[in-house]
Amino acid sequence: MDLNGLYESIALIKPEIVISLTLLAIVLFDLILSNSKKLLPFIAATGLAVTLVIQIIELSTTGYAFSPQNATLFYGMLSVDSFGAFFKVIILVSSLLIVYFSAVTDEIKQSFDRLGEYYTLIFGMILGMMFMTSAIDLILIYLSIELLSLSSYVLAGFTKIRQRNNEASLKYIIYGAVSSGMMLFGISLIYGMAGSTNLVELNNFIQSGSINLVTFSIALILIFAGFGFKISVAPFHFWTPDVYEGAPISITAFLSVASKAAGFAVLIRFIRVGFVSYVDSDGFWRLSEVFDWQALLVIISILTMTLGNFSALWQDNLKRMLAYSSIAHAGYMLLGLAVLSNQGAFAILVYFSFYLIMNIGAFFVVMLIANKLGSENIDDYNGLGLKSPFLGVALGLFLVSLTGLPPTAGFIGKLYLFIALVDAKMIIVAVIALLNTVVSLYYYIRVLKKMYLSNPTEDTPEIKTSAMNTIFILILAVPTLVFGLYFAPVVDFAKMCISFFGV
Amino acid sequence: MNGFPILTLLTFIPILGMIAVLVIPKDKANLAKYIALIATGIQVVLAIVLLSNFNYNAGGIFEQSSFQFIEKFRWIHIKGLSWIGTVKIDYFMGVDGISVPMVLLTAIISFIATLSSWKINKSVKGYFAMFLLLDTGMMGVFVSLDFFLFYVFWELMLLPMYFLIGIWGGPRKEYAAIKFFIYTLFGSVFMLLVMIGLYFSAHETLADGSQVFTFNMLALMDAANYTADGILSPFNPENLRFIAYIALFVGFAIKIPMFPFHTWLPDAHVEAPTPISVILAGVLLKMGTYGILRISYPMFPEITRELMWFIALFGMINIIYGALCALAQKDFKKLIAYSSISHMGYVMLGMASLSTTGINGAVLQMFNHGTITAMLFLIVGVIYDRAHTRGLNDFGGLATQMPVYTGFVTVAFFAAIGLPGLSGWVSEALVFVGSFGVEVIRTLAIISTLGILLGAGYMLWTLQRVFLGNLNEKWKDLKDIDGREYAMLIPLTLIILFLGIYPSALLDVMNTSVNSLVHFLSTNVTNFSISGL
Repeated sequence: MDLNGLYESIALIKPEIVISLTLLAIVLFDLILSNSKKLLPFIAATGLAVTLVIQIIELSTTGYAFSPQNATLFYGMLSVDSFGAFFKVIILVSSLLIVYFSAVTDEIKQSFDRLGEYYTLIFGMILGMMFMTSAIDLILIYLSIELLSLSSYVLAGFTKIRQRNNEASLKYIIYGAVSSGMMLFGISLIYGMAGSTNLVELNNFIQSGSINLVTFSIALILIFAGFGFKISVAPFHFWTPDVYEGAPISITAFLSVASKAAGFAVLIRFIRVGFVSYVDSDGFWRLSEVFDWQALLVIISILTMTLGNFSALWQDNLKRMLAYSSIAHAGYMLLGLAVLSNQGAFAILVYFSFYLIMNIGAFFVVMLIANKLGSENIDDYNGLGLKSPFLGVALGLFLVSLTGLPPTAGFIGKLYLFIALVDAKMIIVAVIALLNTVVSLYYYIRVLKKMYLSNPTEDTPEIKTSAMNTIFILILAVPTLVFGLYFAPVVDFAKMCISFFGV
Repeated sequence: MNGFPILTLLTFIPILGMIAVLVIPKDKANLAKYIALIATGIQVVLAIVLLSNFNYNAGGIFEQSSFQFIEKFRWIHIKGLSWIGTVKIDYFMGVDGISVPMVLLTAIISFIATLSSWKINKSVKGYFAMFLLLDTGMMGVFVSLDFFLFYVFWELMLLPMYFLIGIWGGPRKEYAAIKFFIYTLFGSVFMLLVMIGLYFSAHETLADGSQVFTFNMLALMDAANYTADGILSPFNPENLRFIAYIALFVGFAIKIPMFPFHTWLPDAHVEAPTPISVILAGVLLKMGTYGILRISYPMFPEITRELMWFIALFGMINIIYGALCALAQKDFKKLIAYSSISHMGYVMLGMASLSTTGINGAVLQMFNHGTITAMLFLIVGVIYDRAHTRGLNDFGGLATQMPVYTGFVTVAFFAAIGLPGLSGWVSEALVFVGSFGVEVIRTLAIISTLGILLGAGYMLWTLQRVFLGNLNEKWKDLKDIDGREYAMLIPLTLIILFLGIYPSALLDVMNTSVNSLVHFLSTNVTNFSISGL
């Protein structure tokens, strides 16, 4: 690799560099000025904001980063394109929200003296996710997933206050280790066959024919286990409820949005770059006939949403319920990929933009209530909407949006998804997904029922929201409603970002 | 009236009212009642203005030029890429002879329901905010001409309705509310799927000559707009139009409610507070039949023709089954709820005839049932407010105690039975004349006449049990109706009497449109039946 190429590559990864610098700044600041930990969130937020600005300026930059010398034959480690940029924006925006989120959570406040570690680890996660969105080399994919995972294992058990924190962390590590082991084994099989870990190379190799289909399929399923673990789809979802319930709620929200976004980004790119031989004029991906991705994805996504929704029905802990609900949403979004078309991938982008605001919003309100109540149990929500009208309405709005009823943003997300499905003539699948929506209504509305239809008890708190928290909720709630009625800006943005580089 | 956005005002005045209700301070919550009264009052005025400026000779139904008070703006327009089609959704409203009676009905019933809500004293602000939101949803459904807009309004009603039943309802309110919600959502998700399917099957030509997929209802009614390979296109030999029709029909049938999807209705009615029952029976049920006339019929004319016998059959089942169930009830409100199911059966029977007379009867019946049933539920509310029971066998001899009340009850009951001179008679007669004239469904129409007999049975029996005979000592302190109740019952009584004597007042409004619909259906069957069915 010559220096020239390296220099060009560095120009392509400015956002990642700023994130790394912020990470270092946090570590140093924590070491040197350990008495002013209060400023750490501001440093984190500044770093993220700068990165976000750079990312938006660089939105349409394209190129391969870190290519070996002979760039025409060997592609890079990273493919920098607007598709990755979209997910980076999603990750950065949710990280910014999470920084504020963490600053007001009681759980994190109680571990104040370890705040430096907390933000360092969060930035570790962010860095891993940023690389995941653009990696096109299996080795880099693996490394960035590991970077994300290792940071999040620690964060899941960060507070160490209750037993469930430790349980979350341990479970997460065990499941994570197994799945990453499987993934690594799959990668090694692929390398053994294709002689390269680069996805573009892999695509060329597949199109040349002459593969042992059995071994190849096994390898792919093993790799898929790694991705499946990250986006928590069935049957790799078992860790999710326990970890989501046990982790600090800010981390739960972060895992359910950003980490999932990164997982989806890398999975979409893996299939798009590695297996699509050409895209036809209607935007459908024509895959090389080595592995039936569509069958696998359809089955997995139906399984995921059904399991997620039906399990959520029985949950009394709101955090756990939202965990299952996020599993179900991963199922819906996976359907967008299962369509194997540009339209489907586009639907995922649209869905994610809305999922980001409504899911973080729901977690935030649950957190504020938990700060006061010390519990996320639904039975403590009796009449809460009547006593704390603002929080009640906000949570109600987010949940209705998660259900996907108009006129909220969640409906538009679902609409685009079903448009993609109907366009691909996958009617039966669409019907199953829609029936799932009806099921999901029951558990979302159950919260509304507790909040509004039950009478307040003596223990029902009257929760005052501070001005800052009110603004934060409005920042999430207003778009949830407005994008439900006028969604053109988001869709336009997603449309701008749907092109992949070099394929 | 050019340029005056009367439909937008009709639809969104309640939303303005809702915002006003939300911002008033808590200690002045009673203001909410007046705000709601003013908002719905303005709606009534606007509806009357609409009616008086309405051109009776314009057909509407399928051509934009003969719709009236049209408002069409670009709402969402997302330019396409090569493979993402341009998405164009219009804010498209307009009325014709079928929607005007419904707009009128919605305005009147909402106003009366506001009066009837006067005694609500549990979180008044919340109640009227939800009430007004519901009002917007209902009105929006009747004036939308863009499927997407229609769907948004359709779904907009779910949440307020859920809360109105769930918070202010009776003992089993939670069960009733969630049952209503899940049933309706179940129906509407299928509607969503059909909507997307239709969207991908038809093009609309824009002013600049480009063709885009469309949610425009009128464009979806024109066979010429359908593409060769759309899944719901008649030109596609493997189209799914039949299945789509059934799915859409089920979505609407749940709202009517058609047997066997009716089970949510008695629960919802019994648990809902009186004004919400009034709205539910008076307006919400009509949205099902309105949707069928506005969407299912003209967009799927060939399948409608194919299935008219089945629609009539279900109409008949509704009539007979509803009446039999009503006979068996011991609860006054449940009895009215089942009588509602029975009376909505007449609407379906009339629609199934596909004849001008039958459909005229059906639309008139929609209006008449709206007013009559609203009155019946108010009547139940009056007695329940005083006696706190609705058991039919708990009363007796109320006629001596509450003579004026009994007078109103008698008018409403006889209107429901279909006594000549009252409005119910005209529409039922038209329905029977219309369906009798069509040979395919004649037998079903003949069997359905049993419903009138059964109707007379349960109504008269109720009259006897509650109002005649000896006065039960327990009720000797019941007061006759007061001023507010007069204000609710007199307008409805007048409408019922007026339309009984002079039904042309409303029939003339709808006649041109109904004619145009019938004509459109018969000519368009050939356009749509190119292949497959």
